[in-house]
Amino acid sequence: MSLSVLEGMGFRVGQALGERLPQETLAFREELDILKFLCKDLWVAVFQKQMDSLRTNHQGTYVLQDNSFPLLIRMAAGLQYLEEAPKFLAFTCGLLRGALSTLGIKSLVTASVASLPTCKFQVVIQKT
Amino acid sequence: MVHTSLDVVDEKISAMGKALVDQRELYLGLLYPTEDYKVYPSHQLCRYGYVTNSKVKFVMVVDSSNTALRDNEIRSMFRKLHNSYTDVMCNPFYNPGDRIHSRAFDSMVTSMMIQVC
Repeated sequence: MSLSVLEGMGFRVGQALGERLPQETLAFREELDILKFLCKDLWVAVFQKQMDSLRTNHQGTYVLQDNSFPLLIRMAAGLQYLEEAPKFLAFTCGLLRGALSTLGIKSLVTASVASLPTCKFQVVIQKT
Repeated sequence: MVHTSLDVVDEKISAMGKALVDQRELYLGLLYPTEDYKVYPSHQLCRYGYVTNSKVKFVMVVDSSNTALRDNEIRSMFRKLHNSYTDVMCNPFYNPGDRIHSRAFDSMVTSMMIQVC
């Protein structure tokens, strides 16, 4: 199954979650609030844990790091399954992109793994 | 008529953004009462607005001769609308941005309207 199909599925699920998850109040004053929502509420809802770290260059690029990503944790830690990792990350990238799109942010999300089960998701905001 | 109320909704949203108010509510309240000049010359129509976190705006037009409608009832109607809209969004066969064809959504809206008439 192609990675872009997986990413597309994740995108649609992310769109629905972006509508369902935010609480009643208007919680998002700025972009960073939305990213924090992804790291906390979205991640907890889907993976039962929070994102381990969020970094930004304050110019529209964010790096979200998960040190024990639930979809990779069952595989041997280290470099053994590095090639297989993208299949498990494509859906999640779409998930992030979809949730962002419902909340009004157009973005490009890519994932990278240096060694399992730690992975980083890079979110680049697309300015139109 | 709905387009002008959308402009008022946008104004309210941007006003709220600038004032650091704690009232971070989705319900925007009464937009403004108006007399409709074309269709129903004798009726006064009120519009109420509601905006979601995903910037989806709901506008409700109410004939103000129906005086029984209180603020709380309008709020609960909007909440039901929002919940039904969320359900529509979660339907994997629904593409966001399309016209809503869901029967459940339609029947919820119809029953709400029947309740207040």
